[in-house]
Amino acid sequence: MSIRGFWPATPALILLLAFFLFPVVRMLGYSVEAGTLDWYAKALGEGLYLQVFWNTFEIALLVTGFCLLLGYPLGFLIATTTPTWATLGFIFVLLPLWTSVLVRTYAWMVLLGRNGIFNRWLLDAGIISDPLPLLHNFTGVLIGMVHVLLPYMVLPIYGAVRRLDPAIVAAAQGLGASNWRIFWRIHVPLTLNGIFAGSVLVFVLSLGFFITPALLGGGRVMMIAVLIEQQVRETLNWPFAAALSFVLLAFTFAVYALAQRFTRAEGNA
Amino acid sequence: MSRRLLAAACGLIYFFLMLPLLVVFPLSLSSAPYMQFPPPGLSWQWYERYLDDPQWIDATWRSLYIGGATAVLALALGVPLAFSLVRGKFPGRVLIDRLALAPVIVPTIILSVAVYGLFAKLKLIGAWYGLVVAHTVLALPFVVLVMTAGLRDFDRGLEQAAEGLGASRLRTLLRITLPLLRPSLVSAGLLAFISSFDELVVALFLAGPNMTLPKKMFDNIMMEIDPTIAAVSVMQILLVTLVMILIGRFGRGLRGSAR
Repeated sequence: MSIRGFWPATPALILLLAFFLFPVVRMLGYSVEAGTLDWYAKALGEGLYLQVFWNTFEIALLVTGFCLLLGYPLGFLIATTTPTWATLGFIFVLLPLWTSVLVRTYAWMVLLGRNGIFNRWLLDAGIISDPLPLLHNFTGVLIGMVHVLLPYMVLPIYGAVRRLDPAIVAAAQGLGASNWRIFWRIHVPLTLNGIFAGSVLVFVLSLGFFITPALLGGGRVMMIAVLIEQQVRETLNWPFAAALSFVLLAFTFAVYALAQRFTRAEGNA
Repeated sequence: MSRRLLAAACGLIYFFLMLPLLVVFPLSLSSAPYMQFPPPGLSWQWYERYLDDPQWIDATWRSLYIGGATAVLALALGVPLAFSLVRGKFPGRVLIDRLALAPVIVPTIILSVAVYGLFAKLKLIGAWYGLVVAHTVLALPFVVLVMTAGLRDFDRGLEQAAEGLGASRLRTLLRITLPLLRPSLVSAGLLAFISSFDELVVALFLAGPNMTLPKKMFDNIMMEIDPTIAAVSVMQILLVTLVMILIGRFGRGLRGSAR
């Protein structure tokens, strides 16, 4: 058996084993330190914590839905417009993507706060008489997360629409199909892989999101990552944090595995 | 008709995407003593406040050299790894590939907490090189993705020609292979730098009392929303944009290598 070209990988491998795999496994070990699964029972059995999982799931699902709703038109437009417009369209998707999540979250706090820009304008315009609660709640977290994750949806959809053979669309047009019908019968089915890839990516990234819920949720919207941080930094409850981490990790991997299976099944069909 | 409707809808979506940037720029130049929008007048006061505060400057330097060191380490480890993954033939290659890309899939909070636990035991909390090591784990996937894509498109005939003409393997590597891979190397290094420079979650746990720029920003946002953050944000946006322009000019586009 020949082992050709393995040695150059060893330094990186050592780093990954020592500072990635080992610490993660070591931490997960804490969760079963007592020899029982009590911490898992607490994480998945107590209503309070079950609610956090449910919140996280719900937010991730909604964020994915909104990203799809906003991301499809954008990806579609960029993929079907002239090259000059496409470049411009790309820049304005990538510019927010490059801006750090922290900066964008801060800007949303300025926009959505009780004395924020939106409320000031709406009050001044006489549309509302009391400031709307937009920050430190579900709405704020949702807006911020959709904004941060939208580019991740646009890029795969763009790719899928690009791969679509324009001749098919031309044929449908020639046969007299309406634009609406072409969209639903041709574009959507033939770009399903892009929709799927983008959705899985956004959903999985949402599950483990920390910065945006921590700042825009203001302690009132509890997501799993925020709970883990609290357990470690405030409560110092390592075994419980480890159990929560493992549930999150298992869920993340399950979504990926399911997605890969689905993609493969589709590829065979 | 429906095309115009699509364009109008996309205009609104773009507005939503650009809104935070549109707010941060004017805010950073505001002459008001507190948050006011639109600003009543223009001034550089928030930039001056940033420049006059040794804490901010300190945090900025720390983030710059941690980012630089992360880029160097991620390249030093990631480039050989990419060579192994593309050109090597050994059992477990797919497994190592998965492991190297796993830090993108595993939620950052889990990595942070896990490494925090380990580093607390090793007394590495607050050490800048501890943060470099953790950031390198996070940056490695970018380096591997960009470099493996670059290596797959590589024309090996050029290396064979050099060796056929009598060049040693080292000379071939230094004079042929690496120069031809320069665009990929530039992209990989700059992406690694930015990923560290912008990174907050790991730093939140590992930086200890030694602030990095994102951690200092996070703490400030938690305490008070003051337009100094807007000024810092603008500078960060400009730096990242500059880096992305450098990648576009001298590097290999991620768009091309994403395939």
